[in-house]
Amino acid sequence: MSESQPLSRLFEEKAKAVSAVVSTVTSLEQALAHAVDLCDKKDACQILVSGCELPLSATGEALCETKQQKILAAPGLEPKLFAKLKELAAERGILCIDTGMRQRLGGVDIAFTVADFGIAETGTLVFDSNSEEQRLATMIAEFHLAVLPVSKIREKSFDLEEELLALLQKSPSYTAFVTGASRTADIERVLALGVHGPLELHILLLED
Amino acid sequence: MQTAKDLKEYRAELREALDNEFLRQAMDKFAVAYRGSRAKAFAGMDLKGLIADVAQAKDGAAQRMDELLSEFTAKAEAAGVKVHVARTALEANEIIAAIAKENGVKKIVKSKSMTAEEIHLNDHLEGQGYEVTETDLGEWIIQLRHEGPTHMVMPAIHLSRYQVADLFSEVTQQKQEVDIEKLVKVARRELRPKYVEADMGISGANVAVAETGSLGMITNEGNGRLVTTLPRVHVALVGLDKLTATLRDALRIIRVLPRNATGQAISSYVTWIKGCVECAPAPGGKKVHHIVFLDNGRRALARDPLFSQVLRCVRCGACANVCPVYRLVGGHKYGHIYIGAIGLILTYFFHGRDKAKNLVQNCINCGSCKDVCAAGIDLPLLIKEIHARIQDEEGHPVPSTLLAKVLKNRKLFHTLLRSAKLAQKPLASGGFIRHLPMIFSKEQNFRALPAIAPKAFRDLWPRIRPEVKGARLKVALFSGCVQDFVYPEQSVAAVNVVAGRGAALDFPMEQSCCGLPVMMMGEMAAARDVAQQNISALDPAKYDYILTLCASCASHLKHGYQKLLGNDPSWAVRAKQFADKVIDFSSFARDVLKLAPEDFRPGGGTATYHAPCHLCRGLGVIEAPRDLLRIAGVEYKPAEEEDVCCGFGGTFSIKFPELSAELLAKKLANAEATGAGTLVTDCPGCVMQLRGGLERKGSPMRVRHMAEILAQQIK
Repeated sequence: MSESQPLSRLFEEKAKAVSAVVSTVTSLEQALAHAVDLCDKKDACQILVSGCELPLSATGEALCETKQQKILAAPGLEPKLFAKLKELAAERGILCIDTGMRQRLGGVDIAFTVADFGIAETGTLVFDSNSEEQRLATMIAEFHLAVLPVSKIREKSFDLEEELLALLQKSPSYTAFVTGASRTADIERVLALGVHGPLELHILLLED
Repeated sequence: MQTAKDLKEYRAELREALDNEFLRQAMDKFAVAYRGSRAKAFAGMDLKGLIADVAQAKDGAAQRMDELLSEFTAKAEAAGVKVHVARTALEANEIIAAIAKENGVKKIVKSKSMTAEEIHLNDHLEGQGYEVTETDLGEWIIQLRHEGPTHMVMPAIHLSRYQVADLFSEVTQQKQEVDIEKLVKVARRELRPKYVEADMGISGANVAVAETGSLGMITNEGNGRLVTTLPRVHVALVGLDKLTATLRDALRIIRVLPRNATGQAISSYVTWIKGCVECAPAPGGKKVHHIVFLDNGRRALARDPLFSQVLRCVRCGACANVCPVYRLVGGHKYGHIYIGAIGLILTYFFHGRDKAKNLVQNCINCGSCKDVCAAGIDLPLLIKEIHARIQDEEGHPVPSTLLAKVLKNRKLFHTLLRSAKLAQKPLASGGFIRHLPMIFSKEQNFRALPAIAPKAFRDLWPRIRPEVKGARLKVALFSGCVQDFVYPEQSVAAVNVVAGRGAALDFPMEQSCCGLPVMMMGEMAAARDVAQQNISALDPAKYDYILTLCASCASHLKHGYQKLLGNDPSWAVRAKQFADKVIDFSSFARDVLKLAPEDFRPGGGTATYHAPCHLCRGLGVIEAPRDLLRIAGVEYKPAEEEDVCCGFGGTFSIKFPELSAELLAKKLANAEATGAGTLVTDCPGCVMQLRGGLERKGSPMRVRHMAEILAQQIK
């Protein structure tokens, strides 16, 4: 894939510019191990960086009670891979789920996904998000960890027009471009990550 | 929000805004930071080409609005969506309330939508007993404060972290720390249960793609994804102007919008939704999905030959980001619902004359908005046109009618100027009017006003007209009123520079005011009349160039005349020929006379430069004056924000002296910070403002027109 080499480098540069954490893996199995590692190392319940001790209103508090264990959500993963992930997660005492996100709206630790395409010039991931579980997991997770096969990277959105058109013409369809973590600058234009969605976006470039 | 009944009340509100220290600092920081990040976001891209692509795509869509609507509706309805078209704001509100009712909705979450603001949707729904929660952080903050947005993209830009902390303390009934990172997380936790409880989500859309029947939404926070995913009902409110023919057109818009709005290459999320997607709690596991297209005057706009370009707007808010007046007073005073230059225009069409009549006068005509617009909308022109229409509808104020009458009659105008010269005699000394006559209010005192010169340039001309033999060029000099009657020495300096360099100069005596002042006052008939007089006086077929030393005149002669007369078959060709010959002094000196360092004496001292709005943006002349300074042996010391307006704006400075004074103070502080001895510029209006301000300050810095500096240094 000599041709996609510079594209993956451009992708990496642009994704990092919007504070995504980018690394490289050579197989999906390696990506699974990475996911479990990341989940294991991460602090529990980072939504509460405002501090669990910081009092909120009663409804705000109640939601936090719903999450008691580290959770790794991987909706839409092939059954074989999901079984493998579940096994790896269990070894570390992590709950691994692929359904039931509506019962986890207080948050999960990590959403593990495989992106359909990448757009290099903006560091953007493209997901067919028809599955509600997929949509929810990638919003309620504190970290979103996405695998992007290098062969799926295009330079510009225009270069992906045909593929996008195919996605958008499906009926119904929900398609998402994701670039970096959820962000806001609504208070004094100071950038803050993780306002409604993930606090961190991790991307694993899969050399396929 | 506009509540002022008249200009007097509006000005009182503006003064109040000027006293808001936090707002002023926040706006200043934003204006400077935005410029840098935008330039970075577009680096290496063909920006003009991108803007032209967006304009073309949007124009095409506006022309085919109903056709695209049918195409979109067919595709979307095949995917299970119910599409509605609301003719008015009320109809849209009622449709949405009815959807809520038929689905047994109690609680609603919303993502940000300017269109919903336009129709006051929340008020309507709350009036019917629904609980509506805004989930965009900025929108939530202003909803809790019961106020409107102050920016189309950053609705709470006018508030400090302290105000937000106080507000959140109130909402949570717990003391919150003044720490932005933490406050954001407080919002995250407080809002999450709202999504969970909501039965219905309301969103807007940035594009509606006809060829696929999909909506496209650009968001950063991700609240749009939760609003469209969690509740069992989704209603999207979409202006008919958001229809695009193809996905490619939508991608074009997405390429430009975030870059122009906030300097981001793309927003964190772009979400494409088509049809009734999977939704567990909805009947049959399929989302109940309605799209309400809003007309509210958009179809009529699409048919208007001039105003259809308004529908190109992608709501990036850049026209506010660069507006020097917005920067001073903030969004609550520079719009009603829609903010910034486009807001001034949309207010008239969507919220009425009463809300727009004061706003449209508060445009200094610096052209920054037009220059930055993602869709190439001629915003200043449209603002002036609305000002004129409001005057036509409500009656013209006396000063504006008088000025129009006087300017239409050149002889009367010039006689008045000559009598003013006599009347000011006891008041004038050293080129300034020392005691302002009673007709000027004290508010005009922020800068000294110049006296009318003892002899007008037109009276000097017969004596100083140079004899040129074997000239290679025939050049008509258009002096403009200020250089004719106030600063004739600038025109004399230009004559001295040009003389003996192969150009035969002519000064046609029938020329009059260029007409820009009457256009600024909304007197379009007089503006057209004066334009015709000048085109007749300076027959374009007779000359190689029409040279003017006034940037404002030059830009008006070159672009304004074509806009005023371009649709008049008896004038269009002449207006075009005329425009093609118009040239500003700096470009003429550098590119036509080809002045070189050897033409000048050494030791020109130090100078900084003020770029007149109508030169750098109006005519796109950027390098010529800076090059000329170097060529003339002057050490050029660049100032901060050289291309930001000096606050003159012709009649603007008379109407809004408090704003003019603030802009001038900033400009002079930046110029003086360079330590240069002279401040050079290319426009006598700017000279008047800058010189008057420095005189008032008692500053040693001198102000010179480019022609004067060249005349002083030329061998």
